Amino acid sequence: MASQGIKDRVAIVGMGCTPFAEHWNKSADDLMIESTTAAFQDAGLDKDAIDAYWVGTAMSGASGMMLARPLQLQNKPVTHVENFCATASEALRGAAYAVASGAYDVAMAVGVEKVKDSGYQGLVGAGKPPTDGTGRTLTAAAMFAMCAPAYGAKYGVDKDEMRQVLARIAWKNHYNGARNPRAQFRREVSMDTICNAPVMAGDLRVFDCSGVADGSAAAILVRAEDAHKYTDKPLYIKALSLVAGNCSGNADPNYDYTWFPEINATAQDAYAQAGVTNPRDEIAMAEVHDCFTPAELLIMEDLGFADRGSAWKEVLAGTFDLEGDLPVNPDGGLKSFGHPVGASGLRMVFEAWLQLRGEAPEQRRIKTADRGLALTHNLGGYPGEMVSFISITGTERG
Amino acid sequence: MRGIISTAGYVPYHRLQRQAISTVFKGAPAKGSRAVASYDEDTTTLGVEAARFALRAAPENLEPAALWFATADPAYLDKTNATAIHAALRLGVETPAFDMVGAVRSGVGALRTALETRGPVLVVTSDTRNGAPTGIEEASGGDGAAAALIGDDSDGPVIAEYLGGASATEEFIDRWRTPGDRVSKVWEERFGETQYLPLGERAWNGALKQAGLSPEQIDRLIVTGLHSRAVRGLAGRLGATNAATVDDLSATVGNTGAGHPLLLLTSTLEDAEPGTVIALVVLADGVEVLLFRATDAISSYRPARSVATQVGAGGDVDYGKFLAWRGMVTLERPRRPEPDRISASATGRNTEWKYAFVGSRDRATGALHLPPARVSREGGAQDDMEPAPMADVPGTIASITVDRIAYSPSPPIVFAVVDFDGGGRHAVELTDSDFGSLEVGDRVEMTFRRLFTADGIHNYFWKARPIRA
Repeated sequence: MASQGIKDRVAIVGMGCTPFAEHWNKSADDLMIESTTAAFQDAGLDKDAIDAYWVGTAMSGASGMMLARPLQLQNKPVTHVENFCATASEALRGAAYAVASGAYDVAMAVGVEKVKDSGYQGLVGAGKPPTDGTGRTLTAAAMFAMCAPAYGAKYGVDKDEMRQVLARIAWKNHYNGARNPRAQFRREVSMDTICNAPVMAGDLRVFDCSGVADGSAAAILVRAEDAHKYTDKPLYIKALSLVAGNCSGNADPNYDYTWFPEINATAQDAYAQAGVTNPRDEIAMAEVHDCFTPAELLIMEDLGFADRGSAWKEVLAGTFDLEGDLPVNPDGGLKSFGHPVGASGLRMVFEAWLQLRGEAPEQRRIKTADRGLALTHNLGGYPGEMVSFISITGTERG
Repeated sequence: MRGIISTAGYVPYHRLQRQAISTVFKGAPAKGSRAVASYDEDTTTLGVEAARFALRAAPENLEPAALWFATADPAYLDKTNATAIHAALRLGVETPAFDMVGAVRSGVGALRTALETRGPVLVVTSDTRNGAPTGIEEASGGDGAAAALIGDDSDGPVIAEYLGGASATEEFIDRWRTPGDRVSKVWEERFGETQYLPLGERAWNGALKQAGLSPEQIDRLIVTGLHSRAVRGLAGRLGATNAATVDDLSATVGNTGAGHPLLLLTSTLEDAEPGTVIALVVLADGVEVLLFRATDAISSYRPARSVATQVGAGGDVDYGKFLAWRGMVTLERPRRPEPDRISASATGRNTEWKYAFVGSRDRATGALHLPPARVSREGGAQDDMEPAPMADVPGTIASITVDRIAYSPSPPIVFAVVDFDGGGRHAVELTDSDFGSLEVGDRVEMTFRRLFTADGIHNYFWKARPIRA
């Protein structure tokens, strides 16, 4: 991919993130008001100081007016974006490019999702166009369930070992989430409980699946040279990479469900933009899309954090633990936060914001922060057909 | 010479052991089993499967000039059901397709009319038989279909020549079902017997006379109908003293109503030899007699999948599931949104894909696209594809999973990524199998099914099932 990137041209100078929870008493409007208010306070700005807004939601609203009305923005450009689970990251991307272009001095990215008003457990897609009825009706859990046996068969991980690997990922993320007051699930879960939970789809059990929650997060972006007007500790955008897959995996017999080509492509692009050559040693932490435990396993290899066929060993060795060589999902991930589709991407950046600036609570503070670079990653869709997004942010302007 | 060019039955995979009914309701245990249409099958899909088998056994390039579909349990009223079968078989737009629906008699009526007209006609007969729980009809009925390509020897080799027949028609009240009712009602059977016996003798004598045959010349006698007492009574009076007994499939499949006459004729032809004379006697609001003689061509005829093979390849369904599938008990719905009705216009744009499982193949690279695409995945050529009919192409499971949370009329959904022989991959729902019984590498074939019904619109599409035969 020939993306030039906008390395060190845009900085994040303020962020806000609501607790992620079943917010029975809060609407999407309430959640956006809370996340944006926190971000305004963080940067010492008010809503009128923002020149343009990007708001991401997948199923909780439409058009820029969904943000302009609750915040009562007067004559502001507000753009609504949607890109499956990368929706909030897409809002960040739009705002960042707008600032980098010089069109605006200050822009805000907001992500929000109000999932728990549907009356159903799990995610319920909204506004689906009428169809000929031949599309799949499977849940995401079933689609991701296909990855674990495929990976196991290719790399010689038997079913019992794989159960331990997947459980270890869930255990780690719940361990981290137990140390995060914004997380939906704030209890550690034992390996036994994880391994013996009810089966949902394929070999995936309840604790292999992320939860569902409502939430919102927001970020304020300015030109890098202006960043210190707002904060002593800005985060500079090093890379933004996006791939919308061509959906060939479920149509092309060459795809084997042991990797995600879209994620691999975004990783290579993002590392090129950021000038990262050895992610395993250069990245301080990563927030990745652990919608289902097999996804996190495969993502470790697609991001180059582990060699092909070896991520399962690294997981068991604790490489990606809070205390490990490369902490992954130190905030608890989707596993602990649940997944308000349109908010998760910015929630991940919020953890980078806290960790790289040394503001994460001590009990979950990473030891690798001095590397100065954080990676966030979303995937939206399914094995074989997905959107992938990666951001890299850093404390130093190169 | 006019007669049968090819013929096939379709017996759905599932069997209800009749003993299962008495286990639940503490009645006297009955023997044998009945065939049960899966929750995703109806008379239209059963008909499609039988018709596919029938056409597969017919000479290549022999296109039916007409399609007639008969059933007593149509999936639609007002709207023609035969058009879905027509679409699944990719028959030409000039080829007419008509329904004969409502009465059990329609099945033999379609067969008889096809035998007495011109041109190659595809007759498809199909039925799903319902009865109230513990009733005789529930246990003795069966679900199934049969199809035959009828034509002249100028159309293709005739394997069973139609020698002639006779009809006796009479209005009397024996069995009835008003629109909207799930199950039939019947009058005291003694009355029907007094009506059927003289009608049967009259039609029998008329048919023999027309064909110039005596009763002793009949080698196989098929007497069938839903009035079993009259069936037995008439069979004993016909004087076919040299006729071998024909398995009426009551012990295994049950009586498939409108589909049964052609199903029995099909299974009888499967072990007929050149010269074998077959009489088909059907009791349904009168009596129809049709006489056939197997020709020399039957020696080289090979059914696509024999009735005997299908009868032997069933798997049991438990009684609770059977009742739920038939709508006799209403189960807790999955706690997921129910599907929206399909769009008529979106379906209209994709008829070949949806009804006939036709993908597209890139003329330059050969890359197969399921569903069909305009822009190629390989090479990127635009609008340079040819149709790729995949319904009859077997495949291999590349990945498999089970979804315990997705909406299904009969959860859980078992789902597989299938790689088709010669190229092409599609992710499809599996049917006629339990999760755990299949694994990566197993072989599957495509089958036409009803995915769900919303706003009264049936959503027909293809699933995969294990290759058992």
